[in-house]
Amino acid sequence: MTAVTSAPQAALLPRKVTPLTALRNVLTLAWRGLVQIKHNPMELVDLSIQPIMFVLLFAYVFGPSISGSVAAYLPIVIPGIIAQNALFASMSTGFGLNVDVTKGVFDRFRSLPIARTAPLLGRILADVVKQAWSMLIVLVVGIAIGFRVETGVVGVLGAFLLLLAFTLMFAWITVLVGLTASDPEKVQVFGFTAIFPLTFLSNAFVLPAEGSPGWLKTFMTDINPVSQLTSALRGLLVGGPVLEHAVVALTWGGAIAAVFIPLCLRAFRRRV
Amino acid sequence: MTYAIQAEGLVKRFGETRALDGVSLAVPQGRVLGVLGPNGAGKTTTVRVLATLIRPDEGRATVGGHDVVKEGHQVRRLIGLTGQYAGVDEMLTGTENLVLIGRLLGLSRAGAKARAAELLRRFELWDSRDRAAKTFSGGMRRRLDLAASLVGHPSILYLDEPTTGLDPRSRNGLWEMVRGLADDGVTVLLTTQYLEEADQLADEIVVIDHGRVIAEGTSDQLKAQTSGQVLELRPVRGQEVDKAALVVAELLGAVPEVNQGLLSVPLADPAAMPAVVRALDDAGVLVGELSLRKASLDEVFFALTGHRAEDDQASSDSGKEEAAV
Repeated sequence: MTAVTSAPQAALLPRKVTPLTALRNVLTLAWRGLVQIKHNPMELVDLSIQPIMFVLLFAYVFGPSISGSVAAYLPIVIPGIIAQNALFASMSTGFGLNVDVTKGVFDRFRSLPIARTAPLLGRILADVVKQAWSMLIVLVVGIAIGFRVETGVVGVLGAFLLLLAFTLMFAWITVLVGLTASDPEKVQVFGFTAIFPLTFLSNAFVLPAEGSPGWLKTFMTDINPVSQLTSALRGLLVGGPVLEHAVVALTWGGAIAAVFIPLCLRAFRRRV
Repeated sequence: MTYAIQAEGLVKRFGETRALDGVSLAVPQGRVLGVLGPNGAGKTTTVRVLATLIRPDEGRATVGGHDVVKEGHQVRRLIGLTGQYAGVDEMLTGTENLVLIGRLLGLSRAGAKARAAELLRRFELWDSRDRAAKTFSGGMRRRLDLAASLVGHPSILYLDEPTTGLDPRSRNGLWEMVRGLADDGVTVLLTTQYLEEADQLADEIVVIDHGRVIAEGTSDQLKAQTSGQVLELRPVRGQEVDKAALVVAELLGAVPEVNQGLLSVPLADPAAMPAVVRALDDAGVLVGELSLRKASLDEVFFALTGHRAEDDQASSDSGKEEAAV
């Protein structure tokens, strides 16, 4: 009894995944995550409308009562909205992953002779592009209504890199939700019930007032990673301390990743 | 004999459930094996093990001579997979779905486009090539899924319930395509809960139930192996159906199934047929129709598992669970 060793066609497919083919796989799958915007321009609207709406609503509705004027509020709220947006955008990683897993697309990819990590990394890469887009929108709308970047190009670039580093680590929470939720709607529900309060219980939109209970104030300024991220972004965009806040934010990110990556791998093995 | 797929004693547990409880099967190169069983029998789990998507807890399997656990990548170079829930990206067009796979398999941009065009034409999707897959009908989606699994010219193809939920016309179309692939020398492992589908497409059939192989052979062998033949008869006068059933039951020791005035009963020994005719004549029952035929796969399945294949179809949820684990 001899076994079939190789069909003629299979000889064309690579015997091994080299780092170069792995990179190509990741880029191809990132392309897949972005090309759909072409057919579904609504997704671009979705990505843009929330940042625009939040900037305008917060600036004009809360600005005058919180800071006395729209102009005085913008340096506080623009970095805050950038941070909040980034967290919401990281939900799309979990959402997209869940759609792929429940629709069988993930199985198809995993049955192909490609790099094992490419489906996940490709999706994350596509989401990074979307992150950059939504940060750009917030900045552009903010600048249009009077926000001024005080630090220059290096500051903006630094802010983007910090945001990216934090969300890449934070996204593992959403990956876990994406892998364990039975349908995509549940991923969205999670997004609203967990990320919404997390971003509001921070200094992203208001600096906690003297009248707040002490524990809440401590959580809002010192503990919440969103606050640390926001403070660092403020430093990078309008000036002020950066390093101390960035270090705490990234430590939080690292801790989240350290806990959630093993959980994700476990969920991944159970799911498949 | 060369086997494209060989599995020995596969066991897979999900918590308390033994989804696979020692499945062994072998598919000679270029043949079509039908894996037949109700929902939750372990068909999808078997395919997932053979497609390197999950690791078996016990047992081993080779595909194209490569171990599915140790040489997963080599196995993936040979196989194509069409799942029960069409694995296409709904947001992408037909062309883009196929180009995506082609690019992942290392084809050039032009090469991937050419291969996509070829497959879209072959699967009658050319006119819809620029529409998002979410606008496709169920049959079109399955065809696109099948096309996607063929981009890399697999020599071994897994079709996991390829026609579940399709209307008869789409189903026949898909059958034609599978026959065409088999003619091209592709080894096919097909799971189905439709007996007719296994009968139509498969060279050999294994029947699985509760994670075990309970019977195997060609369709004819399976039919012969179990209840052998079936005697069918129809009394001319409708009111004599019960009386006829009683006579037959007494003589053969098996209660006939009655369906719209037609009695059918398994007949182990064809020589018993004249005795049945005499007994009915003695009882004064006038028989209009009388025939002896091979048992259908449906009846074979019933004889083997003690339940009808269709029993489980209503609860398609259990099938989804199986696919989701």
